[in-house]
Amino acid sequence: MTTLATAPRTQTQRTVLRERGQHEVFCGLTGIVWLHRKIQDAFFLVVGSRTCAHLLQSAAGVMIFAEPRFATAVIDERDLAGLADANDELDRVVGELLDRRPDIKLLFLVGSCPSEVIKLDLSRAASRLGERHGPAIRVLSYSGSGIETTFTQGEDACLEALVTAMQPTEKAPPAASGPDQLLVVGALADVVEDQFRRMLEDIGIANVAFLPPRRNSGLPTVGPGTRYLLAQPFLGQTAAALERRGATRIDALFPLGVEGTSAWLHAAARAFGISPDTVERVIRAPAARARAALDKWRSELEGKTIFFFPDSQLEIPLARMLSRELGLVPLEIGTPYLHRDHLEHELALLPASAILSEGQDVDRQLDRCRDAAPDLTVCGLGLANPLEREGFTTKWSIELLFTPIQGFEQAADLAALFARPLDRRTALKV
Amino acid sequence: MKLTLWTYEGPAHVGAIRIAASMRGVHYVLHAPQGDTYADLLFTMIERNGERPPVTYTTFQARDLGGDTAEIFKTAARDAHLRFAPDLMLVGASCTGELIQDDPGGLAEALELPIPVVPLELPSYQRKENWGAAETFYQIVRRLTPGTDRPELTDNVPTCNILGPTSLGFRNRDDVVEVRRLIESLGIKVNVVAPLDASPADVARLGAAHFNVVLYPEIAQTAASYLKRRFGQPMTSVTPIGIGATEDFITEITALAGVARPAKHRDASRLAWYSRSVDSTYLTGKRVFCFGDASHAIAAARVSRDELGFNVVGLGTYSREHARDIRTAAEGFGLQALVTDDYLEVERAIRDLQPELVLGTQMERHIAKRLDIPCAVISAPFHVQDCPARYSPQMGYEGANVLFDTWVHPLMMGLEEHLLAMFRDDFEFNDTAQPSHLPRTSTAPATAPPPAETQPAVAMTETPPAAGLITIAVPSWSPDAEKELGKVPFFVRGKARRNTERFAREHGLATITIETLYDAKAHFSR
Repeated sequence: MTTLATAPRTQTQRTVLRERGQHEVFCGLTGIVWLHRKIQDAFFLVVGSRTCAHLLQSAAGVMIFAEPRFATAVIDERDLAGLADANDELDRVVGELLDRRPDIKLLFLVGSCPSEVIKLDLSRAASRLGERHGPAIRVLSYSGSGIETTFTQGEDACLEALVTAMQPTEKAPPAASGPDQLLVVGALADVVEDQFRRMLEDIGIANVAFLPPRRNSGLPTVGPGTRYLLAQPFLGQTAAALERRGATRIDALFPLGVEGTSAWLHAAARAFGISPDTVERVIRAPAARARAALDKWRSELEGKTIFFFPDSQLEIPLARMLSRELGLVPLEIGTPYLHRDHLEHELALLPASAILSEGQDVDRQLDRCRDAAPDLTVCGLGLANPLEREGFTTKWSIELLFTPIQGFEQAADLAALFARPLDRRTALKV
Repeated sequence: MKLTLWTYEGPAHVGAIRIAASMRGVHYVLHAPQGDTYADLLFTMIERNGERPPVTYTTFQARDLGGDTAEIFKTAARDAHLRFAPDLMLVGASCTGELIQDDPGGLAEALELPIPVVPLELPSYQRKENWGAAETFYQIVRRLTPGTDRPELTDNVPTCNILGPTSLGFRNRDDVVEVRRLIESLGIKVNVVAPLDASPADVARLGAAHFNVVLYPEIAQTAASYLKRRFGQPMTSVTPIGIGATEDFITEITALAGVARPAKHRDASRLAWYSRSVDSTYLTGKRVFCFGDASHAIAAARVSRDELGFNVVGLGTYSREHARDIRTAAEGFGLQALVTDDYLEVERAIRDLQPELVLGTQMERHIAKRLDIPCAVISAPFHVQDCPARYSPQMGYEGANVLFDTWVHPLMMGLEEHLLAMFRDDFEFNDTAQPSHLPRTSTAPATAPPPAETQPAVAMTETPPAAGLITIAVPSWSPDAEKELGKVPFFVRGKARRNTERFAREHGLATITIETLYDAKAHFSR
């Protein structure tokens, strides 16, 4: 099924191809792979099936941890037949787990397709278990199920759950009623987070907090004085939850490339009444460094065509950065879900020639990709080798989530990720 | 509900996908939510297949659940038939699809497609991957061999089928080549190999053979038993891994085929001579732990003891379906079989037994790495690096050569081991020296964790495993004893430390002296 719709509120009335068919994407559980590294005292317990456990194992691809900080409570037929009360069983499994892992301070019960379909109420289970094991251990729940979430939406659901646990900011004295806290939202590599913190502090924003925190005890507060800045483009639910807690969004480009990072920092400064000159002074050196580093890649990538299969929801800001800073030509930009409010500025900067598509019918999209014959195809791991076999050069999209790509110092790394497959194809004589 | 960290087997429908991906002209329409498509990457990434597995996932979403998910399934099946034009269609549901009870079999039947449609009922909350593969193969065979008449055996030459090799089976692709060569060298014709590379038309010809070779019981046993009932075709019982099993296999199939059994040839495989060569003396009595699917684990134990002179100290499997086989085999080694799919239980067993070599799956490789024990992979589940570019079967005579190389190489070599024991403080070869083939730049301390094993998909930094799992009071080492321990060659030092500490604990000693160290050495020496 294919429908055409017009995206509202963009400067150019852009046509969006909407498709319903096979979605070749990960489900939201996959977010656990990076979230459990980011929050170092958190444990993610998926309540699901053997499929969920197998997915996590396969998507992670590595088993370097004797006991990873994620696991699956595998539902069996006894749970389904009602012979065992699923809630009692869950309580038992959680007890077993917490006995083994006294280092865990934050436990997420993560819903899956089967737990959603059998309507196992994990939010109630979380509050029950929170009472039993708290306050030393915080228990939260969210859904990473494939029937509700696509890939990075799992992070959105997780952060939304964290927002509900944030304490209200203590009332500021009447004199200081303006913004009192900048909250950067979205999981970033620690190195990127540290760079952003340094720059934001140099700009003069004193109170900067990050969500998710690195540890449970570092969960920031939230209140009407909170201005939040999204670091990732897939956080619609988290944003809505923050708004409900009184926080206000700072509208900005996403911090990919020199342009995106500059705009992102400027937007933050503007919200705190800091002059653009101050920002320019702080970012002059790193931005110049990034521009110089990108130049080396531009000559190689300029004019190359690129095709995005929907995957991480990073596709639109990536296409913006790659087209404007490296001269790549996006042919089709597929995204699992188009969050127009948060991407308004991004959409306006995309070349008019690019086709936008939302949702997926993977077989039709493969047909379009073959017709378009792009120089570079960005896709998931299931499609990469088959496309390579057909002669297409591909970039795995999952790497974009696991690699630090935001900010000035990482701009050239981002370019290199896209140049490497092309270099390799040129280098190989077999 | 069972707490699961890492799993040995995927869900049953992944077994069905393995059968579909093995065959030609088969397409599987799977009623499943989005996300279940992750299964594609097992084939395209681990096995580097150049094609997606032939599966259409309906990828229904929450908003579809109130509406007509049955219609979504029918559309997907109809479209898949038009686009892929398969000769046979498998239809079924994944674990979530099973819960919404749409009856893919009935829905597909209503479409009246002009091809055979095989409905699969794979109880996801009860069964696992290998069972799913076996059941799927059996259902296909049953569907494609209707009627009661056996096709006429026109040839005078005895013929057999080779049943069981699949996509994502451990070295199955190479094993088929090796076993086919062996069978043909005995004057027996191979009628059909299935499911690997077989078309539905090939499967329909299965009856036209005198007997069946069950290459891999985990996958082929159900279908072969059916064919025995259906056509009276006998089947083999020996998995030809190792020289002894290969010889038994030859005896078995020549008897089934009614052809003369050729005399045993001493040099059919180099393993026999290599194992007798004096350089292999040091292999004698090496303590080995075998774990995997039942057929590979049992075969590994036999080869270890009878063909390499190892001492098998542990034997187990994750496949409960074959618990009886492994228990019987373990008795032959004077052992109690470990039957579990709990990875931590396997780790505990290895830690307690302290073997000198682990033969296992991808999981045991990780365990062995952490415990600093040499390891070779012998069974699925496996990693991309266990799909070598070169020809490396496990079965037959060439397979035995491969086993010798891959199991022996992780161990310390012959005289080198003795030299190291003699010159303990060797300034070049010790725990802080770099291996000679690496540049002398990095100075990783000996206590650093082993390097993270990364599939190219993901690169993550290694962090030490969380503390606090097991806390047992450790006796303290006197400075002299600690110094003496440092003289023990580094590759057995960990074991010496653990043994000494265990000895001290068992004897209620709070402090370990040089005396304790040598008392423990004497106590634990064989």
